[in-house]
Amino acid sequence: MTVATGPPDAPNLADQASDWTAAYVHIPFCARLCPYCDFAVVTGRDQAAPRYVAALRKEMGMEPEWGPLDAVYVGGGTPSRLSPEQLGSLVDDLRGRFGLNDGVEVSLEANPEDWTPRLADGLREVGFDRVSFGVQSFDPNVLSTLGRAHTPDQAAAAVGVARRAGFRSINIDLIFGTPVETDDSWRATVDRALYLQPDHLSLYALTVERGTELSRAVAAGAPAPDFDRQADAYEVAEELCRAAGLVHYEVSNWARPDHGCVYHLITWAQGEYLAFGTGAHGHRGGVRRRNVRRLEAYLDRVEGGIRPVQGTEALDPWSREQERLMIGLRRAAGVVPGPGGQALLRSPWGERLKRAGVLGLVGGRVAVLRPLLGDEVGRAVLALQPGER
Amino acid sequence: MVVGIRLEVRHPEFERRGRLAASRPPVQCHTASFGASLNIRNFSIIAHIDHGKSTLADRLLERTGAIGAREMREQVLDTMDLERERGITIKAQSVRLTYRAMDDRDYVLNLIDTPGHVDFSYEVSRSLAACEGAVLLVDAAQGVQAQTLANAFLAIEANLKIVPVVNKIDLPAAQPERAAAELASVLGIDPGDVVLVSAKTGGGVDELLERIVRDVPAPPHRPDQPLRALVFDSYYDAYRGVVCYVRVVDGSLNDGDTVLFTATSEKHHAAEVGVLTPRAVRVPTLGTGEVGYLITGVKEIDRIRVGDTVTHAGQTAEPLPGYRDPRPMVYSGLFPADGDDFERLREALEKLRLNDSALVYEPETSRALGFGFRCGFLGLLHMEIIRERLEREYDLELVATAPSVAYRVTLTDGSVKEIRSPQDLPGADRVDHMEEPFLRAMIIAPSEYVGTIMELVQTRRGVMEHMQYLSPERVELIYHLPLAEVVFDFFDNLKSRTRGYGSLDYEPHDYRVSDLVRVDILLNGQPVDAFSTVIHRDKAFQYGKRMVERLRKLIPRQLFDVPIQAAIGSRIISRETVKATRKDVIAKCYGGDVSRKRKLLERQKEGKKRMKMVGQVEVPQEAFILALQVDVDE
Repeated sequence: MTVATGPPDAPNLADQASDWTAAYVHIPFCARLCPYCDFAVVTGRDQAAPRYVAALRKEMGMEPEWGPLDAVYVGGGTPSRLSPEQLGSLVDDLRGRFGLNDGVEVSLEANPEDWTPRLADGLREVGFDRVSFGVQSFDPNVLSTLGRAHTPDQAAAAVGVARRAGFRSINIDLIFGTPVETDDSWRATVDRALYLQPDHLSLYALTVERGTELSRAVAAGAPAPDFDRQADAYEVAEELCRAAGLVHYEVSNWARPDHGCVYHLITWAQGEYLAFGTGAHGHRGGVRRRNVRRLEAYLDRVEGGIRPVQGTEALDPWSREQERLMIGLRRAAGVVPGPGGQALLRSPWGERLKRAGVLGLVGGRVAVLRPLLGDEVGRAVLALQPGER
Repeated sequence: MVVGIRLEVRHPEFERRGRLAASRPPVQCHTASFGASLNIRNFSIIAHIDHGKSTLADRLLERTGAIGAREMREQVLDTMDLERERGITIKAQSVRLTYRAMDDRDYVLNLIDTPGHVDFSYEVSRSLAACEGAVLLVDAAQGVQAQTLANAFLAIEANLKIVPVVNKIDLPAAQPERAAAELASVLGIDPGDVVLVSAKTGGGVDELLERIVRDVPAPPHRPDQPLRALVFDSYYDAYRGVVCYVRVVDGSLNDGDTVLFTATSEKHHAAEVGVLTPRAVRVPTLGTGEVGYLITGVKEIDRIRVGDTVTHAGQTAEPLPGYRDPRPMVYSGLFPADGDDFERLREALEKLRLNDSALVYEPETSRALGFGFRCGFLGLLHMEIIRERLEREYDLELVATAPSVAYRVTLTDGSVKEIRSPQDLPGADRVDHMEEPFLRAMIIAPSEYVGTIMELVQTRRGVMEHMQYLSPERVELIYHLPLAEVVFDFFDNLKSRTRGYGSLDYEPHDYRVSDLVRVDILLNGQPVDAFSTVIHRDKAFQYGKRMVERLRKLIPRQLFDVPIQAAIGSRIISRETVKATRKDVIAKCYGGDVSRKRKLLERQKEGKKRMKMVGQVEVPQEAFILALQVDVDE
């Protein structure tokens, strides 16, 4: 029984998640570099995997005791580049050092082309019960533009394999607004994803991140994603998801009841989580911490017995309150107003956002009613001064 | 906006020495004043911009021993940074040179420097009023230009003896004979009388000095007449107060005299008189024909009027011709980009005005831009200089509204009003008719460009007065043009159409009845005062369309659709819409993204802080600046 019972957008779930605990483990290995990706990844370094796994386990040993954990999230990169044994050893270590609560969510990200019945069964055996597939699209044109290696059929097959292996919760990631995508192909992509009956769906607008191949291409004149077309795509998807019974519970996330992602819910509730691996970000004891991003630097530090921390950030109480709103308002459930929410509603910005139908008070909670304009609210929150009441 | 007219940066040495010297304790001069005005030569150098006036002045200083060559170089290096910012010639200066001529006699040469730009032609004429002669300088490669002529005319009007000089004969592209022939034909003299010099190498400078001594008349010798001295310039010194530059026309001015400033009727004590060599040298007396400085202890620059006549208290003397208020031609609103800087802007303007009585300003309030000042300038260059000084020397970030001119409005009740800001224009029902200022503009260019110049002038509502060939290759065109049309990028356009060969000079001419309207720009239904303009009806649509198109690109999308309209009264003449934002959210926000997202939003928020709210619309500061920018391409 997962801790995230009930509708994923339930206010009580949103609020309770701030007390849950999680661990994030980053696996940087990828077969190829996707042009839009700005995560900490490496290609052609799979032979370093055993050394890296050993380092991760060592890093877990360096983390002061904590837990037990409600969620484990193995992200990447491409965690499915590792063997079930390697991934299993990580879960075992987390269990051994921090403990795992009953009903813990143990999740990993996987690429469809890696996904075999053997891998799926192996992962189930070592304790994984949730998988998130980087499907991105069912349109071959979009897939090749995004530099993805799998075919639409491979993606569909992977979901079936995961289902048969007994994964409790299956997520599909899709990216919309790639300039080669048409309205029809997006609709078809969403239709096909929904036909596979995923428990969870993440829909991301293609974003041009600094330093990526995509940003260089755009700078050189390639078409950039069009925000209006992305808004159209989002609205189409919203409609289709609703019809399919998925609940829209965060800007980019939809889920069936009982399938809200525990790890994500913790993040949005400003909850705390450990983080291991290159470029991983943790949040513990009110301090946000980020690890070194480069693989070599990470390995050197950990193997030398030094924690691979790049930097930490401790926010003052008001900034924490602002952060609580900034991330909490991404959820359909919104936030308990608190001092920040009250200040927001009364600020000139809040007034404007209310008039424009972006911000509202729903059942005593502050909520963003037009999630596509969420950053307008985020900026208004950050503009609030501690004295404002 | 870009002003095509290059700022003339004069050799910094000149101004620096004059000013610093005057603020140092004066050295007592024991040599007797050159009482005999017979040995005095008062002259100016006049030239088109970049024809080498400052270099020639430096060379004269050097050749007469006023400044050693070594000293000059070192001083320039020492003070370059400071001077670069202050070196724009908008003020007249004077320096006294001592020269032993070929006839073995010593002469006092008072070189009265003049500003080099059409905006300051009034100052030029004041300086010329203190002289008997003028060195008219022409670049050997460029020949006679518009300001060459304009300056020559001023000199002739002032009854000055002109010493024609062709400069830069060392240039590879120099055509000294052609330039001399042009100059001779303009002045109606023999080309053989033109002195050829290279201020850069010093070639011909000796001959020029001889010619100054020979050709420029000595000032009239009237020592027994009641004192009359012309104040041809003044500047403010933080320690000594207002320092007047004076030319004694009649009688003599003595240290300790009680003097009367005729125009202001103010009596002051002559606390100190002296000459600039260029160091300030105190003298007991400035005799007839002499040029020097006068310090009275007055601290407020407003109380000394340049052009005023100084006489002795108790005497009655006919004032010298010369004084008139410097009249602003161009007005613009200056607003601090950060509203908190209003007081700093006020203080900066006060300080600038201490040395620039032509700068006028009064507080102005704009709904869009907040508190600022409506400022009047002599011309575009003057405006540009003031803005630049405010921004660079006083570290202010400014938003300037579109430059406008003073319109004369006759109301239906017969009264006449001068309008300096579009906001002040009464409703159309109260206006009988409006007049706008016209210029008389002189354009000189190679004849092959006549067609394109005529085309340009026609689009600017110009009316030709006449056209004449200065030589087979070069033509002079005289036009009457509305000032408002010249204020915007006219000179840039002229330069680009003539590949840089066209030159322009102008003077205010008259006011003419025009079909003028006010175009308002509305954001979300609210007029934005900063964008309103008074314009000829034929151009209103074009202006309105251009502004709404620009603003559509400059105004970021908002939470709602923003209509941008141009209107004459209640009639909408152009419209665009900034569509509402539909997507403004970061797609992902998971564990690792929280800090990053906060930093990104913080940065964006800082950008928003700099926006002004106009009719519920967020307008970035840049939109005001860019929308009001003049683009030659359009």
